[in-house]
Amino acid sequence: MAAAPARAARAPVPPFTAAHEALRAEIRTFVAAELRPRAAEWEADRWFPSSVFGQLAERGWLGLKYGPDADWVADAVLAEELARCGSGGVAAGVGAHTSIATPPVARFGTPEQRERWLAPAIRGEKIGALAITEPDAGSDVASTRTRADRVDGGWLVNGAKTYITNGVRADFYVTAVRTRAEPTHGSLSFLVIERGEGVSASKLEKLGWHASDTAELAFDDVFVPDEHLLGEEGRGFYLIVANFQWERLLMALGAVGAMRAALERAIPRLGGRGQAVRHTVAELATRAEGGAALTHHALRRFLAGGDAVREVTMAKLATQRCNFELQDALLGLLGPDPELERAARDARLGPIGGGTDEIMKEILGRSMGL
Amino acid sequence: MAATDVLKPDHAGARRHFIFNNEHEQLRESIRSFVVKELAPHAAEWEESTFPDWVFSRMGELGFLGLTYPEEYGGQGGDYYCALVLAEEMTHSNCGGLNMGIAVHTDMATPPIHLFGTEEQKQAYLVPAIKGEKIACLGITEPDAGSDVSGIKTRAVRDGDEYVINGSKTYITNGHRSDFIVLVTKTDADAGYDGFTLFIVDMDLPGVIREKKLQKLGMHASDTALLAFQDVRVPESAVLGQVGKGFYNIMWELQGERMIGAAGCVAAAQHVFDRTLRYAQERQAFGRPISKFQVTRHKFAEMATKIETARQLNYTTAWRFANGEYPVREISMAKLYASRIAVEVADECIQIHGGAGYMKEYDVERVWRDLRLNRIGAGTDEVMLEVIGKSFGI
Repeated sequence: MAAAPARAARAPVPPFTAAHEALRAEIRTFVAAELRPRAAEWEADRWFPSSVFGQLAERGWLGLKYGPDADWVADAVLAEELARCGSGGVAAGVGAHTSIATPPVARFGTPEQRERWLAPAIRGEKIGALAITEPDAGSDVASTRTRADRVDGGWLVNGAKTYITNGVRADFYVTAVRTRAEPTHGSLSFLVIERGEGVSASKLEKLGWHASDTAELAFDDVFVPDEHLLGEEGRGFYLIVANFQWERLLMALGAVGAMRAALERAIPRLGGRGQAVRHTVAELATRAEGGAALTHHALRRFLAGGDAVREVTMAKLATQRCNFELQDALLGLLGPDPELERAARDARLGPIGGGTDEIMKEILGRSMGL
Repeated sequence: MAATDVLKPDHAGARRHFIFNNEHEQLRESIRSFVVKELAPHAAEWEESTFPDWVFSRMGELGFLGLTYPEEYGGQGGDYYCALVLAEEMTHSNCGGLNMGIAVHTDMATPPIHLFGTEEQKQAYLVPAIKGEKIACLGITEPDAGSDVSGIKTRAVRDGDEYVINGSKTYITNGHRSDFIVLVTKTDADAGYDGFTLFIVDMDLPGVIREKKLQKLGMHASDTALLAFQDVRVPESAVLGQVGKGFYNIMWELQGERMIGAAGCVAAAQHVFDRTLRYAQERQAFGRPISKFQVTRHKFAEMATKIETARQLNYTTAWRFANGEYPVREISMAKLYASRIAVEVADECIQIHGGAGYMKEYDVERVWRDLRLNRIGAGTDEVMLEVIGKSFGI
């Protein structure tokens, strides 16, 4: 008779390697020791201390995908693990800095610009924010109204931005402005606006993400020098689109991390609750693992350098509503519980931020010629 | 990651998963071309008559019945992923019952012989099965024991050098056409899970009775049998694997069966999705193709996302399985998820077709009927949920 089927140890699913799993363990330990215990306090404060950026920078985690040893997979690990901190607001603040505000500087910036903003951002000394959305222009970026008028040596910026993560604490804003009058994609440009005269920020009250300083910004005759133009004038739309995929992938990875963490924490509390609860957990775990498999597939496609729009869009669509439903279901099974309530509140942004579920469906439908 | 240019979407580009290589793609092409040319044209006819046995000999001749078996037994020596490719490409037959008949033969009844069988058993059963000269079936379910395998009553009692088998099996795919059955029996009523034993039983032995062909909701091209075993005498050499290990061996078999079932579900869902997409682009209503309605576009987006999720869950799990892991939890998840979304997708495709979807002519209702079995066969959704939930210790 043949030998019984051999059982191999579990291997990390590509693109993750043993080295990534080691990094994961390191980040997980840090998050459990330094962030999660303070999540409730920061939630109440409606703020988390900016020293968190310094702590992450010390360990090299704000620059994982930059420089000669750039490793995007490591950044993906960070996104999954930060979701375990128990505060969507903290994860959002760090994510906005590493994966939304700084990528355009890294990709489109001149060496001088990278030295001025990216290098201190990686060191955790300067905090970045991306400022695109306006009170009257959300997913429809062509409607951007913030104006940059040509003046001697630079531009004069006037306008308002909203829903800006890190908006209060940021040292620099990577800002979408209209450098020409006509309302088309071709009149959009990006300026890096430093905090200073004429820039004001006010914190917004939200359903969740309480620890994040999501802000409304006002630019009132802000002078921005020539050398703060990021990329080419009139090419701002491409700059926005260029980072969409990574931003959405990060959201999917964050949801995967949040779902797995929530299940791990909930399961030990759910034994002996009967068959219906067992099946509910099995359903939730199945959807979470489906989301993980799809997201990691999208990540592999993205890393391969080809077009990954369809996979990333699917991953974002599949994981955000799923994460919210999972957190909501666990709250129903185990609540009232402040951490579960926070998780459910925080997860509700997923189907909205980074392009709504409906926008994802539009993109997918159109990709099929519909 | 490309560093500089903005990438333009390439929706038509190939999106091969890392588990597959060029050889798999060639195999995929050759199976598909055979299925489309030689099987699909008969689908409507076989839906009425059940599919003919020559399909086995033809597929044996082409090497498709032994893709993953060693060359010394007439197989192709391919890796585990070749079995997935076969399960996926068979869907182009438009004949779920046929696909099930083949899968039972290649991925359910014969793997235990390959893994647990003696050399004599492999020569006597596996070799002709790979050639398509002998057709196999698998006997687990009984009139009083379905998903609860431990509740089976078919007894095999030792009598000198022989065993005497009594009992009945039902819902047996290939039951009427098969030459032999891999049969799950109880050999020791008091030994619990250690009291089960597998046998290979020739279907022409005295006492083997093929009672009736069962009428079904779908899978009409498949012959599904109720079988009776009355004092069937088999020699000791008919024992497959060790006496008393039958339960564990059949649980192992079920993992492979569920994985293959999940692969078939995803392929079937993709196939009906593709056909429905073409239909929606042609069908006019209110002055435009129905594909131009936003709700239709969103339906396709949601279906595509579900199908891709199921596919990726399958491939990640298959990768674990092929690596030698025994990922029962993930296989159960893959089987549960793929079965469910396949039925949901088929149902939504009927909806998009409207009245046409309800008509036999458009062959969409047939897909739904065929796929509906997957949420029941090889372990119901509810059994999958039990397995998954218990794997977490709750």
